[in-house]
Amino acid sequence: MAKEGWDLGRRDYERLLSESLVHKGESLWRDAARRLRRNRAAWWSFLFLCAFGLTALLAPLFPLPSPVTLDLSIEPQPPVPPWVELGTHGFQPDYWELSGVDEALVSARRAVFGTWQTGPWLGTDGKGRDLLSRIVWGSRTSILVALAAAVCSLLIGVTYGALSGYLGGRVDNLMMRVVDILYSIPFIFVVIFLITIVNEYRTELEDRFGIDREVVFFVVIGAIYWLTMARVVRGQVLALRNTEFIEAARVLGASTARVLFVHLVPNVLSVVIVYLTLTIPAVMLFEAFLTFLGLGIEPPKVSWGLLAVDGSEMINPVRIYWWLVLFPSLAMASTLLALNVLGDGLRDALDPKLRGKD
Amino acid sequence: MTRFLLRRLLWFAITLWVVVTVSFFLMRAVRGGPFDGERALHESIERNIQARYHLDWHPFKQYLHYVGPLNLDQHGPRFLGGDGTRPFGGVLAGDFGPSFKYRDFTVNDIIAQSLPISVGLGVIAMMWALTLGLSVGMASALRRGTRADVAFRLLATTGIAVPNFVIAGCLVILFVFLVPLLPVAGYGSWRHLVLPGFALGGPFAAYIARLTRTGMLEVLSQDYIRTARAKGLPARLVLLRHALKGGVLPVVSYLGPATAGILTGSLVIERIFAIPGTGSHFVNSALNRDYTLAMGVTILYTVLVYALNALVDFAYTLLDPRIELGES
Repeated sequence: MAKEGWDLGRRDYERLLSESLVHKGESLWRDAARRLRRNRAAWWSFLFLCAFGLTALLAPLFPLPSPVTLDLSIEPQPPVPPWVELGTHGFQPDYWELSGVDEALVSARRAVFGTWQTGPWLGTDGKGRDLLSRIVWGSRTSILVALAAAVCSLLIGVTYGALSGYLGGRVDNLMMRVVDILYSIPFIFVVIFLITIVNEYRTELEDRFGIDREVVFFVVIGAIYWLTMARVVRGQVLALRNTEFIEAARVLGASTARVLFVHLVPNVLSVVIVYLTLTIPAVMLFEAFLTFLGLGIEPPKVSWGLLAVDGSEMINPVRIYWWLVLFPSLAMASTLLALNVLGDGLRDALDPKLRGKD
Repeated sequence: MTRFLLRRLLWFAITLWVVVTVSFFLMRAVRGGPFDGERALHESIERNIQARYHLDWHPFKQYLHYVGPLNLDQHGPRFLGGDGTRPFGGVLAGDFGPSFKYRDFTVNDIIAQSLPISVGLGVIAMMWALTLGLSVGMASALRRGTRADVAFRLLATTGIAVPNFVIAGCLVILFVFLVPLLPVAGYGSWRHLVLPGFALGGPFAAYIARLTRTGMLEVLSQDYIRTARAKGLPARLVLLRHALKGGVLPVVSYLGPATAGILTGSLVIERIFAIPGTGSHFVNSALNRDYTLAMGVTILYTVLVYALNALVDFAYTLLDPRIELGES
């Protein structure tokens, strides 16, 4: 460049243009995806979670035994590996009330596999139910709870935090003080208290409003987990509030809601996603925790919390049914581990300080 | 300093008042009480029970009586109790009233019996968490990048991800059935608290290890550590006297949430190991509709968590003189 000097004629412009075409700009998301893929642990976690989510979604399609068919005559059967016994005939389609899509999946399964079902690859539990099937079906409940609660916390937390940060001043002070107060309450006690009270009105709620206990459960969990989200979002919004593009939007006459949700929220999305992946494992743990105490998911439905309860109830000094403890724990631990690793990986990938570096 | 404490106290009072008021009126609003049984009671018996627990009063009067500090029992407020009735009562006087389910006990009796056990369990769990977490975190930071470091980090991530009742189940199988070292459940001696304490403290140990590792790595790369080493101090001294103090700061600020978490976790752990602590009483009370007991424990734990958090913040200023109290 220096050799020829600048003439700022056509040639220079063409050269600049070709240079800029070579260095293609990268969006935040593409950059993040690339860096996530380079982080092997996080990428494998991501793939694992995708596979796992798909399995849970399509659970009725697999030739698994029904998760609720009882066989009280036998005691827990130890695992039989698939190469010893691949499967048997004798599938009985009993489930709890399924949704339309699941019904369709179940009938598709019956058309393909007939009455054939897999053997007890992971053993059976104290009531003769197949453990593998219960783990797969249980994952659906756990995922559903986690997602519903996470969305709840997302809606409340992002709105609250963004509003607080955007309005600023005295309103912000008051809103954050409320968050501080809520932080200092040991929530589990209040939640347990609330759930027992809701239980009193269960039948009424179900008959009149069609709200069952699980919905209440989601809302209650979501109502706790928005606090951190609100704080984080508020911090980000506070930093963005005085930037030019927000000012420009306001000068153009955008309403508060428009500035918030069209201009501010997309800019804090990366932080929100990171916290979401870290909230989901916390919520899953919480579901297991409450179910363990007898306040969460109830039979005949299954969730991982319920399986953990079943397993630990079968711990006794006479015979050790190790598979009842090991496999549900393994399923839960690997999922939570993957979520945690993915969350950490996403945080690194989306960190603007690390952009463009490797 | 005083201003900070006063302000803190004021917010605390407001918080507590909200918790007490909301839960009281929720509790009273619930249809059906702990005394509803299969069999319908005779009218006079029911009246007696209602009178015994003041359920026949106006809700607002019940609330005033519950909150205190004046005892509204029997003959209205009285300032001198000669006939065995006390002039003061209610939550403000530290009296949580009678238990609805255990007819012969007050909530205070039950808490007095069970709280020492829970505190013991919590202290053991915290000790496990701190010793394990700090030592593993430091070892990990000093051997950064080695295989041991990777193994420790994986262990820590697993520890955070696994629920404590799963840890408890594995521990019981290992140390009770396979290698009979410790009692399986119940309460009686310190040996009964070792396994539950570990299961309870495990996830927090993992978290503390992580925080220690990050904190130590940051401190170890700073100039004053290099200076200390350059002037010839032995590595151990540099580590313990210079680096540790700065490195554990994140851990100190985590202690507040950790205590809250340990209190929460004790609900499950006490149930698994059949330990008669406050947590298991609380869960039972919630399932039994023993509202006064449930409320009493909720209030007690709110106070505990709040006080411990304040204490931790205070300790933080002692360790790090750059932080000043009062600016929030």
